[in-house]
Amino acid sequence: MINKLVVENLKDHWVRTLLSAIVVGVQVMSILTLIGLSRGMLQDSAERAKGTGADIFLKPDTQGTFSFSSGQMNPKFVPFIAKQPHVVQAVGVLSIPVELVTQINGVDIPQFEKISGGFRFIQGGLPQGPDDLIIDEYYARQNKLHAGQTWKLLNHDWRVSGIVEGGVLGRLIVPLTTLQALTGNANPPRITEILVKLDNPALTRQEVNRFNDQLKGNLRAISVEDFVSQFSVNKLPQLRAFIDVIIVIAVVVGFLVVFLSMYTAVVERTREIGILKALGAKPRKILDILVREAVLLAVAGCLIGIVLSFGTKALITTLMPASLRVVNTPDWWPIAAAIALGGALLGAIYPGLKAARQDTIEALAYE
Amino acid sequence: MPAAHAANASEIIRVRGLRKTYHVGDVDVHALRGVDLDVGRGEFLAIIGPSGSGKSTLFHILGGLAPPSAGEVLIDGADLRKLSESKRTEMRQKKIGFVFQKYNLLPTLTARDNIEIAQALAGLTTHPPGFEETLQLLGINGRLDHKPRALSGGEQQRVAIARALVNQPAILLADEPTGNLDTENSNAVLNILRDLNKKTHQTILMITHNPEAAAFADRTVTMRDGKVIAA
Repeated sequence: MINKLVVENLKDHWVRTLLSAIVVGVQVMSILTLIGLSRGMLQDSAERAKGTGADIFLKPDTQGTFSFSSGQMNPKFVPFIAKQPHVVQAVGVLSIPVELVTQINGVDIPQFEKISGGFRFIQGGLPQGPDDLIIDEYYARQNKLHAGQTWKLLNHDWRVSGIVEGGVLGRLIVPLTTLQALTGNANPPRITEILVKLDNPALTRQEVNRFNDQLKGNLRAISVEDFVSQFSVNKLPQLRAFIDVIIVIAVVVGFLVVFLSMYTAVVERTREIGILKALGAKPRKILDILVREAVLLAVAGCLIGIVLSFGTKALITTLMPASLRVVNTPDWWPIAAAIALGGALLGAIYPGLKAARQDTIEALAYE
Repeated sequence: MPAAHAANASEIIRVRGLRKTYHVGDVDVHALRGVDLDVGRGEFLAIIGPSGSGKSTLFHILGGLAPPSAGEVLIDGADLRKLSESKRTEMRQKKIGFVFQKYNLLPTLTARDNIEIAQALAGLTTHPPGFEETLQLLGINGRLDHKPRALSGGEQQRVAIARALVNQPAILLADEPTGNLDTENSNAVLNILRDLNKKTHQTILMITHNPEAAAFADRTVTMRDGKVIAA
């Protein structure tokens, strides 16, 4: 019967209930989308790193794993690396940021085809000239591009020679020499990293150690496996801190929404609280009723938030498949629910105590 | 007026030297100034008096809604001065049934749920024996699935009476139960209270300022300036 009273109270002010649940839902959706976006972007980067087919990446020794700086390595290292024991192939890459989170990658395309096992074209084919551009399916979809079209990047007109399946190196791949010339990295020539394929992947760890000893101060080697393992939210303190901030904001928003909703409800229902107390409801029972209402709001908000998170994923995937990647995060549903519930319970405490402490006679006289 | 107080009726309410003082700012307001009152088990008593006479304060104290400042108040053997607020709340659950002037039904619940929530708060799950007959007497059987806003004032007050009786209280306290009703509904409600008293021997203490309403009771007590002046 108490549960029925709780449900009927929420139904009676359904607009307020719905709006409160939606705001809690938006809070849950924000958390789920942020986590889904973080994981999606990191997974996408990891997949593209694995898609190169390399066993080891060599980067300038001063760069961090996630540095977007470019042109810091002399390509003379490439033939040197290629001659090392167990190295089957070494390919230099120049990566230049062109949009917020998109890079254009310059490589020797025939050599890269060998190391990666070749592109899988959906449309068109390999570049035929220095101004030809390969794009992946996500970039093509986001920008509505087809093979044969002209596309301007870095203030240069490129011909889209082919559209490939995603997950190989990057979204935009062009001939290395053209990109070097366009970005001032031709004289002296510069590259960002070297992709290394070994004859025996089991020797990766050993070769990484050897490269790091041999090239100390010039290049730093990292296995692709180790590189990919760093694409995790927990290994990126700044991203982790950002997520924590969003979670705190979510708790505060949930607290404020439920607080205002419950406080308004308590003031509106002063007389009803007086009736319940006259009938024998103890303060604990009054608090219990308010807490149950807050929990119901939070549960409804969680369900709305989970549904909305699918909506935002669909929206992002449709509108910006190349720039932003979102994955579903069902493992975070209970965490987001706990965050919403925590905010709701905090928000219910003061109104609940106010209701519980109300004087019965004064409450009954409330107009 | 049937004023005879059954001499052999055991007392269900015994009040001696009851005083109640409210502190309003720096001023002490003496609402009750030494009330003595006995109510027999199964009696229908009306307390009449003008505004400010202290009858509502007496109603609140007898109902366990407010503690007395001084004096002795025994309700069905329990001394209210010795009861904590929590114990007084428990007493309200099972020993007291309230009927208010403004009905005080929960607007979000149906009439049936309004009755059942009183049971739920007392930890009871089934209607007491004979409650169906009480509902028939009240004439609300066909209106139980309606919410208060769909009921007339008279119907709402009859639902409130059903709610007050569902836990088989020792005492039914009614505060101006006809104050918001027209003459026809007033008479209907008063007749119901009198019938309940006669058929089930339910003790009823009714507060009213209306002598015509008081005439339905077995006995009338008059209050003025915080004292009983005629019993």
